[in-house]
Amino acid sequence: MTTKSQPPRSRLDPEPLPRRDWLGLSSLWTMGAALLFGVAGMLKLPKAAVLASPSKKFRVALPETLALGEAFIPPGRAVAVFKDADGVHALSTICTHLGCVVKTNPEGFECPCHGSRFKADGEVARGPAPQPLPWLKVSVSGGVVTIDEGATVPAGTKVQA
Amino acid sequence: MTPAATPKDALREFVDNLKAAPRRLRDTAFRTGPPTTDRTRSTFVFGNVFLHLHSVRTHLWSLKWSTTMGLGIMSVSAFLIALVTGVMLMFYYKPYPEAAYESMKDIHFVVPTGRLIRNLHRWSANIMVIAVILHMARAFYTAAYRKPREYNWLMGIGLLVVTLGLSFTGYLLPWDQLAYWAITIGANIAQSPREVTDAVGITEVFDPGGFQRLLLLGSDQVGAEALIRFYLLHVMILPLAIAALMGVHFWRIRKDGGMVRPDNAGVLLKRARQQETYPVFTEAPVKTYQLAAVVRGRTANVGRGPENTVPSMPHLFYAELGVLMVTLLICLALALVSDAPLKELANPNVPENPAKAPWYFLGLQEMVSFSAFMGGIGIPAIVLLGLALIPYLDRETEGTGQWFGGPGGWPLVRLSAIFGLAVPVVLEAFAIRFGWLREWFPEIPQLVVTIVNPATILTSIYTLYSIWCIRRFQSTRAGALGLFTCFLAGFLVLTIIGTYFRGPNWEFFWSPSDWPKH
Ligand code: HEM
Ligand code: FES
Repeated sequence: MTTKSQPPRSRLDPEPLPRRDWLGLSSLWTMGAALLFGVAGMLKLPKAAVLASPSKKFRVALPETLALGEAFIPPGRAVAVFKDADGVHALSTICTHLGCVVKTNPEGFECPCHGSRFKADGEVARGPAPQPLPWLKVSVSGGVVTIDEGATVPAGTKVQA
Repeated sequence: MTPAATPKDALREFVDNLKAAPRRLRDTAFRTGPPTTDRTRSTFVFGNVFLHLHSVRTHLWSLKWSTTMGLGIMSVSAFLIALVTGVMLMFYYKPYPEAAYESMKDIHFVVPTGRLIRNLHRWSANIMVIAVILHMARAFYTAAYRKPREYNWLMGIGLLVVTLGLSFTGYLLPWDQLAYWAITIGANIAQSPREVTDAVGITEVFDPGGFQRLLLLGSDQVGAEALIRFYLLHVMILPLAIAALMGVHFWRIRKDGGMVRPDNAGVLLKRARQQETYPVFTEAPVKTYQLAAVVRGRTANVGRGPENTVPSMPHLFYAELGVLMVTLLICLALALVSDAPLKELANPNVPENPAKAPWYFLGLQEMVSFSAFMGGIGIPAIVLLGLALIPYLDRETEGTGQWFGGPGGWPLVRLSAIFGLAVPVVLEAFAIRFGWLREWFPEIPQLVVTIVNPATILTSIYTLYSIWCIRRFQSTRAGALGLFTCFLAGFLVLTIIGTYFRGPNWEFFWSPSDWPKH
């Protein structure tokens, strides 16, 4: 008999593969697959299909006294609205660096967080901001201005009443 | 058949059992009796699941104050204090925007002991950050990351990241001005890969920055969704993660043979403490060998005698308890003299000016004020990668277990500290005095500013310096010593500038008393 001639197997030797029965292997693989699909599915969960954010469109009446070229900040909005001879335009006042709200100053805007400065047309004058302040979509009917914070227009777009 | 015992006897036995119950309870809890001999001290340790995270005997070298300075235990202690006080805060805290602020005010002003608990929570979190950083420095300077401890060093980096994550997520919860604007900035740092994708013009198709920010905030602004997410991370996900990592960290310490020590630790100890140890095998050891087949030649303690070791109970445990009490004392003293801040209710339209992150992130904020992406993501990623690679790039053995051990030694560390402090001071002074690229060339492309700014120049100079150290001493350890020391020094300088010398609009001021009134 051939088995007699083999040396006795020690507990320290690796076990032959057949002992790893299909049950063990298949449960390992199904667990791997379940983990993969489960994690892939869970990664979708934190990203809601509809974001819980208020409407970005709002209407506001410019004050009668607003001087030409002076910024008007609608209450509770991070937007600056201007009126001059060419029409009305609006700039977002959310700093393009890290999202602080910029204040107006004589030259344009300044950001309190890391000192970015913007010119009156939104161009970056200095500091770390990588992009100019975006111009927002505006429409005017009568004295009422409608501004959409979610839509940008090319810089220089002004709307006549 | 007659019953074995009359009812009266059984009643008596019941009373006897009742009397003996406390003693028996004690005996079943501590099965091996009081730890008064070396053997019962050993059984005391390995009969207890919590104590058995330690080995039953501890090397005298590990007990030396200068080996660990208790910093690891201090980190755990601060974590435990934060854990207990945090659970207490959860009784009152409500994670919903305005309600959160109101509940913080209640905790601070109305809830009995609420303010103390809140202060303790804040201070223990701060102490934990400091302790973890110092602990990392001690592990580095004693070259404890070397074989076989490489993997535990990696676990340590994981712990550092989670510790900072815990602090950062906790910062939003009070929903005051400080919290709101720090998190706004933080979330936009997560979005800052856009600085590069925008410059290259591929944001439309590939926008990892926007995705990260969305994941963090659950919305396109900091609101209720963001608060719930940060709350969940702060009270569930990150504490569980840190507990798991700590478990591995501690278990590994045992498996790696305890604290790192020089090869000749026994000789070094002889002079001072020999009289405290005595032979262990004075009686026949009671030991099972069931595991012998498994451990043959694999773990650090196989083949080593118990020379120079003492029982962990009480020598190690009492020292650890002492560190816990000192940590508690420090936190308590700070909590009594200094209140955790609570500013006005968060106002999404008016940023706090200056809007400062927690102090340990102010170095980052300083770098972010040059480039959001490089300062907030690029350089931190490089630093973490560099830290993680240290044990795999330095494979030398000279100086293991000794403070500032290895070629170069303390003189090199001192030189690197001076160099590491001077370079960022000069760079900052230059940038503050003369401005940077955009002030000179207004039309310069953003990508150039992203790549060439004081923060990236600092990182490059440190890297070059470390390469010089490797060549000068013909040693990778010398390079590591130089780089790590520079990293600590740079962190210190940037943090101090961010904390004390930056005022409204992030402008430079010699002191907060010079800040303009507004
Ligand atoms: C929450 C954070 C952490 C906790 C609670 C912690 C806890 C501990 C404890 C209790 C020890 C025993 C020795 C001692 O007290 O120094 C230890 C050792 C060690 N830790 Fe940490 N640690 C943390 C973070 C880190 C970090 C950030 C690193 C480095 C990147 C690190 C690397 C190490 C290494 C390499 C050892 C072994 C040291 C030796 O053998 O001498 N740990 N840790
Ligand atoms: S957020 Fe405006 S400069 Fe940083």
